[in-house]
Amino acid sequence: MSFSIHEKQDTIIALATPQGVGAIAVIRLSGNNAISLTNEVFKGKDLEKQDSHTIHFGTIRDGDKIIDEVLVSLFIAPKSFTKENVVEISTHGSSYIVNQVIKLFIRKGARPAKPGEFTQRAFLNGQFDLAQAEAVADLIHSDSEASHQAALNQMRGGFSGEISKLRAELIHFASMIELELDFTEEDVEFASRDDLRVLVEKLMRVIEQLIGSFDLGNVIKNGVPTVIAGKPNAGKSTLLNALLNEEKAIVSDIAGTTRDFIEDEINIGGVIFRFIDTAGLRETTDTIEAIGVSRTQEKMKTASLILYLFDLGDTDMIEISRDINKLENLGVPFLKVANKIDKADLGFVDELKSKHPDTIFISAGNKENLEDLRNRILELVNLDKFRTGNTIVTNIRHYDSLVKTRQSLLDVLEGLDNEITNDFLAMDIRRSLHYLGEITGDITTDDLLANIFSKFCIGK
Amino acid sequence: MFPEYDVIVVGAGHAGCEAAHAAAKMGAKVLLCTMNMNTIAQMSCNPAMGGVAKGQIVREIDALGGKSGIISDKSMIQFRMLNRSKGPAMWSPRSQNDRMRFAEEWRLALEETPNVDFWQEMVSGLTVKDKRVIGVRTGIGIEIKSKTVVLTNGTFLNGIIHIGEKQFGGGRTGEAAAKGITEQLVGLGFEAGRMKTGTPPRVDGRSLDYTKMEIQHGDENPEKFSYSDDTEPLKEQKPCWITYTNKDVHEALETGFDRSPMFNGRIQGLGPRYCPSIEDKINRFAERERHQIFVEPEGWNTVEIYVNGFSTSLPEDVQYKAIRKITGFENAKMFRPGYAIEYDFFPPTQLKLSLETQLVENLFFAGQINGTTGYEEAASQGLIAGINAARRVKEESPFLLKRSDAYIGVLIDDLINKGTEEPYRMFTSRAEFRLLLRQDNADLRLTQLGHQIGLADDKRLEKMLDKKNDTARLINDLKQKRLSPETINEGLEEFDTATVKEKITVEKLLKRPQLGLEKIMELDHDLKDYLSKFNKESREQAEIQIKYESYILKEQQMVEKLNNMEDFKIPLTFDYLKIPALSAEGKQKLNKIRPETLGQASRISGVSPADLSILTVYLGR
Repeated sequence: MSFSIHEKQDTIIALATPQGVGAIAVIRLSGNNAISLTNEVFKGKDLEKQDSHTIHFGTIRDGDKIIDEVLVSLFIAPKSFTKENVVEISTHGSSYIVNQVIKLFIRKGARPAKPGEFTQRAFLNGQFDLAQAEAVADLIHSDSEASHQAALNQMRGGFSGEISKLRAELIHFASMIELELDFTEEDVEFASRDDLRVLVEKLMRVIEQLIGSFDLGNVIKNGVPTVIAGKPNAGKSTLLNALLNEEKAIVSDIAGTTRDFIEDEINIGGVIFRFIDTAGLRETTDTIEAIGVSRTQEKMKTASLILYLFDLGDTDMIEISRDINKLENLGVPFLKVANKIDKADLGFVDELKSKHPDTIFISAGNKENLEDLRNRILELVNLDKFRTGNTIVTNIRHYDSLVKTRQSLLDVLEGLDNEITNDFLAMDIRRSLHYLGEITGDITTDDLLANIFSKFCIGK
Repeated sequence: MFPEYDVIVVGAGHAGCEAAHAAAKMGAKVLLCTMNMNTIAQMSCNPAMGGVAKGQIVREIDALGGKSGIISDKSMIQFRMLNRSKGPAMWSPRSQNDRMRFAEEWRLALEETPNVDFWQEMVSGLTVKDKRVIGVRTGIGIEIKSKTVVLTNGTFLNGIIHIGEKQFGGGRTGEAAAKGITEQLVGLGFEAGRMKTGTPPRVDGRSLDYTKMEIQHGDENPEKFSYSDDTEPLKEQKPCWITYTNKDVHEALETGFDRSPMFNGRIQGLGPRYCPSIEDKINRFAERERHQIFVEPEGWNTVEIYVNGFSTSLPEDVQYKAIRKITGFENAKMFRPGYAIEYDFFPPTQLKLSLETQLVENLFFAGQINGTTGYEEAASQGLIAGINAARRVKEESPFLLKRSDAYIGVLIDDLINKGTEEPYRMFTSRAEFRLLLRQDNADLRLTQLGHQIGLADDKRLEKMLDKKNDTARLINDLKQKRLSPETINEGLEEFDTATVKEKITVEKLLKRPQLGLEKIMELDHDLKDYLSKFNKESREQAEIQIKYESYILKEQQMVEKLNNMEDFKIPLTFDYLKIPALSAEGKQKLNKIRPETLGQASRISGVSPADLSILTVYLGR
């Protein structure tokens, strides 16, 4: 297996704080391009002109889209942990944000760090002396054991089956090509390029699907991101607490007491929902306007489910219709949840029922009709893509390998378009196999030859 | 009777000849021991050199200053560049050779090499003192002293020949097997194994009806193997023919299956999957109604024909019956039957990358003794073993080629790190940097190295440097030279490629799949005048480097990544067993193979990524 253990020119990235929800998360980059890469996506000061050991406030952007407000700490080589250029980015502690940031950097050319790789670089660059090495070795060892276990768990989820099937097809494909290259003198039939194209396109679809499932995979791993949207004091925190069985959130009657981005996970019918209370709405008294506020809108767009919550005693029909209209335009599945049924005007309730028959009427405070809400949430989720039983990718390194596989397959297709010869095609196919191999384990040229010998009568 | 030699080479096949020549050329005093001086450099199997991947190896041997390329050129009767329709990495030179002239040319070359002595006798053992070889012992009991020994015993070690139910000791048809060496090496702690290979019957060309076969001519403008000016391309060539087996042939062969040593378990050695006997082919691929047969002349002045594709160890009467059912072979007369041969080999994981054994100092192995098959594979190992034996005598560091340097590097790296279960043959698919290891640039890759170690002469180096400089100049000029639409558009249309509106560089035109330099030259007179100042090799080299620039660059980047690990040396004395964190399998494999670099360690099966991380940390820089 030809992976590289210290590809020193690469810039590596990983989450430095523990996986899971904390107040903040720290993402660390190390490598020659750590600072210039960060500069590309950071809006604030020009980081390349700043001194070592300084901290800078700004935003991380993917194009025009703001991912998060962050603090960036700079450590210029060799005055850093790894003795390379190191950047530490403090984001808000949401695994969603962390993944978005890491994905962005991978797209820009960073590579996910392998277990223990920062430590390893630190050692290779002379940060540690040999006396410390044994301790470090143990550390790295335990790291990879843990990641091995994690990979095994993932394999049991059917991921391995899908990839293995894919890999087998690709190996067959590759060996057909190698057959033609190495056994040109032989009396055997070779694959037609049209068949090859069909096969590559088929592979592309599966890979695309797996890549697409990465977001979905994260949803399942980290919970369905769910937003409760509504005016201040519509009862968002109360509802959250009710669903949480009053375990965690702090509630008061004073509007706007919920702090930014409170997140909590609730298990409903075996599916994890990660509730994000959109406290951003507190800055305005008008829900419609609030939905128009870009930050809130971004937040809601990234959700997979929105609970649109309104106070029956505090909202008129026009307001509700306008909100619903806005939400429909957002394209995220949502439920209309009318709160405080216990204090509601029955005439208004009837009118609402006729206009929006799918409205759910609850009382968060009295925990009334919450079972219905739970069922409706599950129904919506079930109707959606979450339980299709398809293979799902959750590991960011697997994601990285799949993206690279896709690129190599695209190169193959481009090569077919340009009518290049099979030796060049083979190079891109091998790269695809190599990247798939990073997920499933070893791939060697021996596999190709074994396949050739088992299927074709070769040799003089 | 004998002085103390620097290098004794045991065996005078392709590996032994290259080893003796290289060592002597580098100043070592060499003794070449062979059982029979009349069979130096025999083509025991097919009368051909090169082919896909193998042709590249011959070019590499030549670029380093070895002899196989020149000998092949001098003895060839036909030349073809295989895979011309594919990309340049696949172009593979192949020659049909005059078997007798090939052997004669080798013998002449060795006789002309100062410092090579000969001794005709079987070597029956080594003299070993304190885990270091100090000479050899011959069949009649002579002890000859030497600082180093290179073993290239081919199929001779305890060779057993099988024809049907008959079996007898022998290293080759009509030649005795060699005894004693295997037993001694096993006694010294070596692990030995058994392999099998085979050869087809030879027939009388006068008895064949060529009108029923397809003729296969050599190239119209044949090239050659050697980069040097010592040889010329062929002016006249001899053709080969192609014919096929059929159902009748298969049925006739099947009547002998019960007497086949392959099927009744008498042969235990493992044969190559890619070079199966005809009985193996019809047994494993029963659905195939015919198999291709190449009818190859054995030389200019002989009627002997090699029946390529019909390797068999069935009883001779069955061979005879079956062969006469092949189209064109109805009246065939056989000169000698095909046979299978079993022989001893030593799993090559017991070697260092220099081809010196780990167990016994100054002892080198090359060729089939390492589990390989093929003249080219053997010759290249002989070359490396000979070079390293000579360097050892001079107390110089081993000469090693990386996987990214040469097919020879791939071959040796595979052998040492993966070992082999069946006779190992080179394929282009074994080389991950195939696009860099081309037959057109073996000189650019290796001649400088060959010159540094005193093998390639000054003339070779100068020729290579001229090519290199010319190529660089051409690439530079072609990137700048612009052709105008008025002069080229008509021609472009003719070549079925898009016309241009503005001036365009030759570089850009070259990147079009429909165009090559030969075609573009025809579009513009000035360009043609300019280009004709350069020789064909430089023009071709510039064309390849421009046309495939992006692919070549991609591979070079991969090489750089790999080399980071290759530069990370592991001391040979490193004690893996003392590292508790290593996996049990990794520990055992690393301890056995003793990789010289971290890159090499990464290719050993059973060594995990975690093991590598731990090694990295332990070793530091």
